This record gives sequence, C-alpha cells and structure tokens, in this order.
Amino acid sequence: MIDYSKVLNKTVTDIKPSGIRKFFDIANTMEGVISLGVGEPDFQTPWKIRKAGIESLERGKTKYTSNVGLSPLLNEISRYLERKFSVTYSPEDEILVTVGGSEAIDAAIRAVVSNGDEVIIPQPSYVCYEPMTRLAGGKPVIINTMAENDFKVTAEELKAAITNRTKILILPYPCNPTGAIMEYNDILELSKVLEGTNILVLSDEIYSELTFSGKPHTAVASVEGMRERTITVNGFSKAFSMTGWRLGYACGPKEIMSQILKIHQYAIMCAPTTSQHAAIEALKNCDDEVAVMLKEYNMRRRLIVKGFNKIGLECREPKGAFYAFPSIKSTGMTSEEFCEKLLYAKKVAVVPGTAFGESGEGFIRASYCYSTEHINEALKRIGEFVNEIKI
Amino acid sequence: MKYEILKLLSRNARSSAEEIATMLDITEAEVESAIAELEKDGLLRGYKAIVDWDKLDDAYVSAIVELNVVPKAGLGFEEVAKKIMAYREVESVYLMSGVYDLNVVVKGKTLQDIAWFVAKELATIDSVTSTTTHFVMRRYKEMDVDLITGNEDDRGQLFI
Repeated sequence: MIDYSKVLNKTVTDIKPSGIRKFFDIANTMEGVISLGVGEPDFQTPWKIRKAGIESLERGKTKYTSNVGLSPLLNEISRYLERKFSVTYSPEDEILVTVGGSEAIDAAIRAVVSNGDEVIIPQPSYVCYEPMTRLAGGKPVIINTMAENDFKVTAEELKAAITNRTKILILPYPCNPTGAIMEYNDILELSKVLEGTNILVLSDEIYSELTFSGKPHTAVASVEGMRERTITVNGFSKAFSMTGWRLGYACGPKEIMSQILKIHQYAIMCAPTTSQHAAIEALKNCDDEVAVMLKEYNMRRRLIVKGFNKIGLECREPKGAFYAFPSIKSTGMTSEEFCEKLLYAKKVAVVPGTAFGESGEGFIRASYCYSTEHINEALKRIGEFVNEIKI
Repeated sequence: MKYEILKLLSRNARSSAEEIATMLDITEAEVESAIAELEKDGLLRGYKAIVDWDKLDDAYVSAIVELNVVPKAGLGFEEVAKKIMAYREVESVYLMSGVYDLNVVVKGKTLQDIAWFVAKELATIDSVTSTTTHFVMRRYKEMDVDLITGNEDDRGQLFI
C-alpha cells in the first residue's frame, strides 16, 4: 500500500481546497436556487469571434503555433494596448500569449520567485495568487485593503509590507471581488515607494475593459516609473466574454518575458490555436460589441448597488469588474453564516467575502453577470431574508 | 435618453420607472415625463405581452401573405394598405422592397379560416393583382424572445 501522504508534495497537500466549494456543491443540488455567484459573463462570445474560430478550423488551422503565439495576434495585442491604454509593448519580444490570464500569473510568479521570496498580495482578491506563490516556494505577504480606502492599496500599506525578501507586488485591479480600481495618482504613489528597489509588479488587468468611472482604465505600466518593473497580465475572458476559450497574455520587459517564455514553452507549448485565431478578430473588430456589453453591465451595476443599499446592506459603488461587494455587518452575522442561511432560507447563492481573504469578513460578493429580471428576483429574496432576520 | 428608455421598455415593458431611472442614472420623474411624452407623440404605441401561442391547444394559426398591388396615382400604396389594415384578421402590414409589394401577417383560428380570408377578402381588392400565402409552421423566436430554449444557465460550475 502506498502511503500517499508521504509521496505527495507537501507544499501542494498543504494548500487548502477552496472552502466554499462544498457550499456551492450543496447549492448546485438544491432545486430553485437563484445564483449571484458566477464570475463569468452571461453574454455569448460575439458571433464574429466565434465565426473567426470556426473559419480557422475550416481552413485546417489546427497545428501548434509558435511558443509565443501567432504573430498577427501579437501584433494586434500590441496595437490594442497602445490604443486603449497608451502602453507600448513590442510584439517581437515583450508579449506572450498564454492559456488564460491564469497561466500568465502562474508563469510570471514562477519566473521571479524562489524559495523564501516574498510576494505582496492585496486582499480581498481573486483566489489564485496565494497558492501560486506557495507553489513557487514563495511566501505570501497579505495587505488587507480597507473599505474606507475603497479597497485600494495605499503607499503606507505597501511600505509596511516590504522587506528585503520582497520580490513581487501583485496589483489585482480592477478587483474581483471588491470592484475597486486604482487610478493614475493612486498607482503613482505606489510607484514612488517602489522607486530605487528591485521589486517587480505583477498587474492583473483582466477586467481592464470593465470600468465605470467614465475614464478608461489606467494600465499600471503606463504610470511613471512603473514600466520597467511591471509584468502586465490581461486576457480575453472578461472583456470579450471568452472564458471557455482559455486565452490570455502577459507583457513586460524582454529580460523578464524571455524567462517566462521558457516556463510556458516547456509546460504548455502554446496557447490553443483556434482561440488565437478567434482572438485576432476580437481585438481588431469588436469595440462595438464590447461597448454594448459594458453599457449593459453598467445598468445592472446601478440596479444591484441601489438594491443592496435599499435593503440596508451598505454597498459602495464598485468602479470596475462585474461584482458588487456589499457589507453584511449590519446583520451581525459572519459572511459564511449569512451566505449559508440565505441559501437555505431563500435559495439565493452569493459568495462569502472570506473566500477572497480574511479581510473579506463582513462582506459578500454578488456578481451582476445576470439579466435584470434575475437580479431583481435575487434582490427581492435577499431583502426578505434581511427583514426576517431582524425580527 | 428617450432612445435608451425605449430600448429598455422594448426589452421589458413592465420595467418600473424606478428601475429604469436607476439603470440610466436619471430621476424617476425624468423617466415618467419622458414616457408620457413618448406616448403623447405616438412613439410609444402600446405595451403587449409576448406569448408563445403554440403552447395553447386551440392556438391560432398565422400566415404571411405576399401581395402584388397596383399603386394609385397620387396615393401610392397607402390607400390599399389602409383598407387591409382595417381587417381584424390582419396583424401587421408592411410595404416591401423586392419582388412583391405588401407583406401582410394574417391570423385565424384554422388554416381554412385564413385561406378563405385571403381568397374572399384580400384577393378581391381591386388593386391587388396576386397573392401568395405562406403558413407559419412553428415560431422559434418572437420579438427578440427565444421561444424554444428555456432560461437555463450553462455556467454555474466555477464560482470564483
């Protein structure tokens, strides 16, 4: 008999499986559950993009591409980043097409971090940064961002987190789950703190198309002093509603990218070919489709934020991504308690804030990737729930 | 802004003024007065339900009738269009480009009803020179609403 506990990598076995998985497994088996849980767009991938994928299959484009990705796609990514966010990356040696943003994050961390190196992770944030850091042998250092700072990282918080082992600062903005964004001046303050250090920034900008402040998203690399130290991660999942196509990219100085490329080359070979062909169309011809989706998200966003505030669950205005992050502190419950009771009492599934780090305690994440009718029904049930627990 | 309101109402005629106001970031009063104006100006003509009639056993049948018409001097197609519109069997009337002139959607209890209506009423109008009737066999999509697939959400496995 093999004693698996002795065989398996301890770093891996020590990683806790996502605690809420069990909770949602229950939700999935219950009848009549209405969810605000899903973190992906409800829109279909625009037809033009699907068609470009189909046509590439018809033309028999089913072989590997080069490791970095199709050259026309690299050119389009470069043009897109330039025209949208005014950052210039050379398609020659500064861009790598990856399997979703996730692979880009993983490979970037692995390329930089070795045993004992520290990675600064602001939370509440997407769940992958901490385990990926550990898998690379690194040590996560958490910054608990505060609601009163709109969940931004401040210069003081950053200063306090830096040690002589700090290798990377992760900037997950626009932020899942808080909806926070960092604007030019916010990032500039961080840039001043990092000036003169060797600390790199891994900026996960997967939600860059989804900002609602009226101003376009600020790319971290576009901020003074940041470009040389920044690895930018982006992708097609959220902006173009292409989650299942698994396509993203990383950009950065060529000295870093050439190392990340080695990891990608040996672990992955190349990103899916069909998806790459489809993505060219997304970047070239889909500004209108993105604008339509953005407008729709914005209407739902206003609806859900107002709805939560009306119920008495204080909800700050999320300026990016597609989540509301209302406080449930007024109910006196913990996040998990609230979510569990809400699920059983009213059959509404939302994600406890603690799934995104301890600092998510007192909050819930509600996605608004749903029709307005769906959102209204969910809000109605949550409202009933909050009223009933007051009694 | 009126255009945005119309778009939201054409998607869901039951949206409340409060909901529309929130979604468009304007006041409820602005929405109400805009809707009143749209109604007064005749842009907003009615609020009707989208029904999947095929689900009813004694549902009605409908047909698209293509008409060729000789237009009247000075009046064009309007005179005959008005005449056709007046029938309660007629659901809509469009003037078309292409090989025929008027597209008339007709409904009736049975195929026979429609056949008789076309033969006795439409075909006998003086300026109508020919009719071609196409019966609707099944409705897949009605007023932007998909009538065949339900509301299943095929997402749902990945929560974070």
